[in-house]
Amino acid sequence: MSDPTEEIPEVDYVEGTGIPIRGNDIDTDQIIPARFMKVVTFDGLGQFSFFDQRFDDEDNEKDHPMNEDRFKEASLMVVNNNFGCGSSREHAPQALMRWGIDAIIGEGFAEIFAGNCLALGIPTVTADHETINALQQWVDDNPDGEIEVDVAAETVRYGSNEISVSVDDAQRQALVEGIWDTTALMKANQNAIQQTADSLPYL
Amino acid sequence: MSDGTLYDKVWEKHKVTELPNGQDQLFVGLHLIHEVTSPQAFGMLRERDIEVARPDLTLATVDHIVPTADQSRPYTDDAAENMMSELEANVRDAGIDFLDPTTGDQGIVHVVGPEQGLTQPGKTIVCGDSHTSTHGAFGALAFGIGTSQIRDVLATQTIAMEKQKVRKIQVDGELGDGVEAKDIILEIIRRLGTEGGVGYVYEYAGEAIENLGMEGRMSICNMSIEGGARAGYVNPDETTFEWLEQTDYFQDNPEEFEKLKPYWESIQSDDDAEYDDVVHIDASELEPVVTWGTTPGQGIGINDPIPAPEDLAEDKQDTARRAQKHMRVEPGETMNGYEIDVAFLGSCTNARLPDLRRAARIVEGRQVDEDVRAMVVPGSQRVQRAAEEEGLKDTFEEAGFEWRNAGCSMCLGMNEDQLEGDEACASSSNRNFIGRQGSKDGRTVLMNPRMVAAAAVTGEVTDVRDLKEVNLA
Repeated sequence: MSDPTEEIPEVDYVEGTGIPIRGNDIDTDQIIPARFMKVVTFDGLGQFSFFDQRFDDEDNEKDHPMNEDRFKEASLMVVNNNFGCGSSREHAPQALMRWGIDAIIGEGFAEIFAGNCLALGIPTVTADHETINALQQWVDDNPDGEIEVDVAAETVRYGSNEISVSVDDAQRQALVEGIWDTTALMKANQNAIQQTADSLPYL
Repeated sequence: MSDGTLYDKVWEKHKVTELPNGQDQLFVGLHLIHEVTSPQAFGMLRERDIEVARPDLTLATVDHIVPTADQSRPYTDDAAENMMSELEANVRDAGIDFLDPTTGDQGIVHVVGPEQGLTQPGKTIVCGDSHTSTHGAFGALAFGIGTSQIRDVLATQTIAMEKQKVRKIQVDGELGDGVEAKDIILEIIRRLGTEGGVGYVYEYAGEAIENLGMEGRMSICNMSIEGGARAGYVNPDETTFEWLEQTDYFQDNPEEFEKLKPYWESIQSDDDAEYDDVVHIDASELEPVVTWGTTPGQGIGINDPIPAPEDLAEDKQDTARRAQKHMRVEPGETMNGYEIDVAFLGSCTNARLPDLRRAARIVEGRQVDEDVRAMVVPGSQRVQRAAEEEGLKDTFEEAGFEWRNAGCSMCLGMNEDQLEGDEACASSSNRNFIGRQGSKDGRTVLMNPRMVAAAAVTGEVTDVRDLKEVNLA
C-alpha cells in the first residue's frame, strides 16, 4: 500500500531551451506510430518520437527539428493547435518525455493528451496563434535561448519578453501543489468510494 | 453551465468527492481493458504494491494486435505474442474476466462491451482507448483515458476528471437512401472541426438520431473524439431498451432489466434541460460523405468539389495543403473516381452485423475489382458467427473479399493487416491520419460501409447510389 502523503514533485516552474514543432492537428499516431507500441513498458520510446517525420524508409534522417543538433538539448516544445489529437495512447507524451520534453507550450491541446501529460507532470500551457508563432520564430533564431514557464503565475519568459499563457485551473493547481499523481489521493477516499458504489442502482 | 442533461445526472450519481485540485473523483461502473494500453498500468500497480480494487467491474479483451488470419498460438509476431501473454498473466493474477479468442466472445473492446450487455444507460465506462465514446450510444458516460488513468482506475475504481460543457447536436429530418450514421458524424466533424469539441461532451439528439438503430448510434458516438469531444451520448429510449433486453445478460437476468429500466429512464435529459451550446444539422441535406484529406474533419459530400485551401479558415489552410499533397488530390475535383487499391470493412466504427449486412447487399452478385484487395474484419467473434450463419461470409467471399477473424486490424495497422507503400484504401474506419493504416505513404479515404463495398467493386471511390440496380435496403 502506497503512502498517500508520498512525495510527488511540485511542477510550478520549468525552464530550458525550446524546440518548435509546427502544424495544427498533429495526432498521436504521428507522435508515436502504432508499430512502436508493441511493447509492455514505456522504456525506450523516446527514440521513436515523431519517427516517420524524422526518418525515411531507409532510416535516413529527414528534415525535422528533432533531428537538428541545435535542438537536441531542448526540453520545451512549442506547438500549434489541437496538438495530440486522436488516439488516447499515453505512449505519445511518454515518448516525448523520454526524449527530453518537460513542458509543452501551444495554441491548444486535445483533451486526452493534455490529461496524459498532467498525469506525468508535464504542463501543457496555451497562448494565441500570434504569440505562439512569435515564440516558435524566436526559438528558431535562439535555439540556445532559455525559456521559463511559470506555471503558477501563468507566464512564459524568453529573451526580453514575458507573455501571458493559460493553464487549466485544475492542471495548474495539481502541478503547483504536487498533486498530479492522483492514485494515492483518490485511494485515501475509500469510504466515500464505497458509499458512492452502494448508491448505484446497477451494482 | 448545463443543467438537467443526462451528462449532469450521471456525473452527479458517480461523483465521489471533489479533489483538492478542483477535479471531481468519479466512480467507474465498468472498466474495459485491452493489451496495448494496460500492461504499463499493471506494472505501475506492482511497483506501488497495490491490488486491483474491483476486478468484478473490469473486463478484458484482446483486439489491437490480434492476428485476423492465423490465430494459433504462439502468434508468429513475437511482440504480439508477448503482449498477449502479458495480458493473460495480468488478468489471471487480478481475477479479471478475459474474453480471449477461445471464449467465442472476443472482439474489439467497443463491440464486445455492448454485446455482453455490460454497456448500459447511466453507467460510467472508461477504457484506455479514445473510441470508448462509442458506449455513449446507450446513454452511458464513456471516456477514453491514458495509461496513468488506467492505473488510477485499477487501483481505486475511480477517476479524476473535470466536468465539461454539453453541446446538443440536433439532427433533424430523414436521411436519404444510401446515407447513414457515418455520414452524419463525418458531416458534424467537418462542420465543427476536429478541435471543435474540445471542452465539450456531445449529446446527439433529434429525429435522425432517434430513427437510428443502436449500431448507427454507436458509429456516431464512436467518432465523437475525432471532433475533439471526449465523450458523446444519445439519450436511451425504447430502441436502447429493446436492444439491451435481447442481450444474453438480460435474457439471463430479466428481473435485473425490470429493476434498472426506471433508472435508465430517470437519467434521460429533461425536456427543459439547459445546454452550453446547440447545433442544428438537417439530415435530409446529407449525401454520402468521404474524406479527401488526412484528418476526419476533411470530409466532403461525394459529389462536392474538394475545397481550395485558401477558401478554408486560416488555421485550416496549412493542414489542407499538406493533406492534398499527401492524398494527391486537387481542389475543385470530387472524390468520386479516386482510385483505390484496398477496401477495408472493419473497425469499432463500422463492423457490426447491420454494417456487414448493408455492405453485403451491395457486393451481392458483383465482383471485387481485379486491382483491389478487399477484406472484411468483423468487429467481434459474435458478429462473425452471426454473419456466417446468415450467409454474409459466402456473399463476401464469392465477390472476392477476404473474410477474417475479429480485431482492430487495418484500422491502425498493429497486426499484419497494413497498407503497403502508397496504397489508397477505402475504409469504414475512423481515422485517415498519415501512417494510420501501417504505411506512412498510405492514403486512407473514410466512408460508410456501403461506400466501401461500392469502391471495392469499382476500384475507385464511387457514389453507391449510382451503381446499377443497387439494393440500398
